[in-house]
Amino acid sequence: MSAKIAPKAANTAASSVISGTAALPVEFAGLGRSFPTADGTRPVLRDVDLVVDAGEILAILGPSGCGKSTLLRIAGGLDRPTAGRVTIGDRAVASYDVRCAVGFQEPRLLPWRSVAQNVALGLPRGTARGAGRQHVERLLELVGLADFAGHRPREISGGMAQRASLARALARNPSVLLLDEPFGALDALTRLKMQDLLLDVHAAEPTTVLLVTHDVDEALQLADRIIVLGTEPDDDERGPVRPGADIRQTVVVPGTRPRDRGSAELAELRGRLLDGLGIDRHGSARGIPSTTTIPAFPY
Amino acid sequence: MTDASHPVLSTGPAIHDGDDVRVAVNGMNTVVARGRGAGREASVTPTEPARRRLVDRRWFRIAGGAIIPVALLATWQLVSTSGAVPVSLLPSPEMVWLAAVDLAQRDLLGLYVAISTQRVFIGFAFGAFFGLAVAAIVGLSKLGDILLSPTLGAIRAVPSLAWVPLLILWFGIAEDSKVILIAIGAFFPVYTIVAAALRHVDRHLLEAGRAFGLRGLRLLGAVQLPAVIPSVISALRLALAQAWLFLVAAELIASSMGLGFLLVDSGNNGRIDRIFLAIILLAVLGKLTDALVGLFERWAVKRWA
Ligand SMILES: Nc1ncnc2c1ncn2[C@@H]1O[C@H](COP(=O)(O)OP(=O)(O)OP(=O)(O)O)[C@@H](O)[C@H]1O
Ligand SMILES: [Mg+2]
Repeated sequence: MSAKIAPKAANTAASSVISGTAALPVEFAGLGRSFPTADGTRPVLRDVDLVVDAGEILAILGPSGCGKSTLLRIAGGLDRPTAGRVTIGDRAVASYDVRCAVGFQEPRLLPWRSVAQNVALGLPRGTARGAGRQHVERLLELVGLADFAGHRPREISGGMAQRASLARALARNPSVLLLDEPFGALDALTRLKMQDLLLDVHAAEPTTVLLVTHDVDEALQLADRIIVLGTEPDDDERGPVRPGADIRQTVVVPGTRPRDRGSAELAELRGRLLDGLGIDRHGSARGIPSTTTIPAFPY
Repeated sequence: MTDASHPVLSTGPAIHDGDDVRVAVNGMNTVVARGRGAGREASVTPTEPARRRLVDRRWFRIAGGAIIPVALLATWQLVSTSGAVPVSLLPSPEMVWLAAVDLAQRDLLGLYVAISTQRVFIGFAFGAFFGLAVAAIVGLSKLGDILLSPTLGAIRAVPSLAWVPLLILWFGIAEDSKVILIAIGAFFPVYTIVAAALRHVDRHLLEAGRAFGLRGLRLLGAVQLPAVIPSVISALRLALAQAWLFLVAAELIASSMGLGFLLVDSGNNGRIDRIFLAIILLAVLGKLTDALVGLFERWAVKRWA
């Protein structure tokens, strides 16, 4: 009764003023990224081969520091790979590629601009003034910040800032939407609402979404496909572990959204993903066979 | 259960708690906008004006700032009437006042003040403008930094008075040489402070700006300039003080008008009352022009900070 983020509302919102650009596929080929260190270089990502279809929602899971943000930044042209290449559609990613919109891990709002002005920064170049303002208003309403349009970023909470940042990325209506833990700072209820919002926007304007998350359930709810990034597991027989993370696991999530959170199939998948993340459920690491029931304490 | 004032997210205590907007006002943590009901303007002014502390009151600040000047004036009056110090070393306040009236009647006081202020303003305007422009080149472009900063650093190292003979030879003792000297004095604080500030603008914000399609001048206007506004203001403050300093240096050496001229001229004639007058006028004028920068600061902070 109170949740006014109705799917219909979002549909009209997303398609109303700003005409979306067509979703484009993203292809990573032999992608690697190492960072220079005091003594040589340190590989962070290696051999990432991945094709994200146009309009697909891909969730990226992986332990902290494994290179998820780095992968996303490379996809958006904010960083360059040291090996391999990335293509969006049929063109290589350009520096700060205009076909992408980025929702950063931190809100990164301009402190000297109001929330509304910050969201307006996301509008595509050449948007007419009136149409742009209307679109911003609509987006602010959708993320629950209509009352705070005139506030400065320092006058709103961290979760509100994150929602403003999400609205700014959505304002772009991009071919590829890159979201780095967009719901990380939100309470459980707001998070569910924002997840629904993302799905509604996606249903109205299918765009390719790369979504980094730490939350396995969120990935299962939102994504068509999930990849798990990580380094090789420690294995005494094969010698030292190769440095750098690659794709350890790819999971195609069955069924259509919205998915039944309690389904046995999803529970099974979640178990596999948690295993892939090296999370000890029910003592499976101690040799006790893992079950497909929902763990008592998720993660 | 639904709160009409909040259109979208109105369930759950978690959001309620999360949405209190707290702003630290002078060290006090004040809840300025409470979640949903808060109006748009609510956060701008604290909701508890009645509890504003004494030190935040305007009249208290003005009165507090006047205590020491008034005490000084009183002590001066006492010392000079007591006769402990001869008038040739310390004229009485009345003598200084009379010197002012005398100069005013000869139409010199207004002229000296006007010409000095004009030199400061013109020199400051040029110096600050070029300071900002060169700071933008050096602070924003690596190439500009590599090309210009060593040379500028060397020029900055030249003591101000070393320019005087050269400027007089090149531009004569008319206005040009003085204004140029003042412009040099105003240029370097602005250049140094603003270039450094531009180099240290938050990388995350710059990246966000670029990611949303801002380049060149648009990026400068949207991210870099607002980010360095506090530095620009302190740079202008310092440049203005430098401008007055260089004014006196210029006028002490070669001039026939102005407060610096009044100082040398009175020194040569032993008119200590006029020396006091010139010093007091410099203090008052310096403070007044600084207050102008303060006005600009208030406007800029309201707009950007
Ligand atoms: N500019 C950089 N210079 C050097 N090392 C970097 C740089 N950016 C990232 N790294 C390194 O790359 C690794 C991956 O960083 P990244 O931010 O991609 O991790 P992440 O998977 O997003 O982690 P988290 O989940 O904590 O956000 C880290 O070990 C980090 O130290
Ligand atoms: Mg990250």
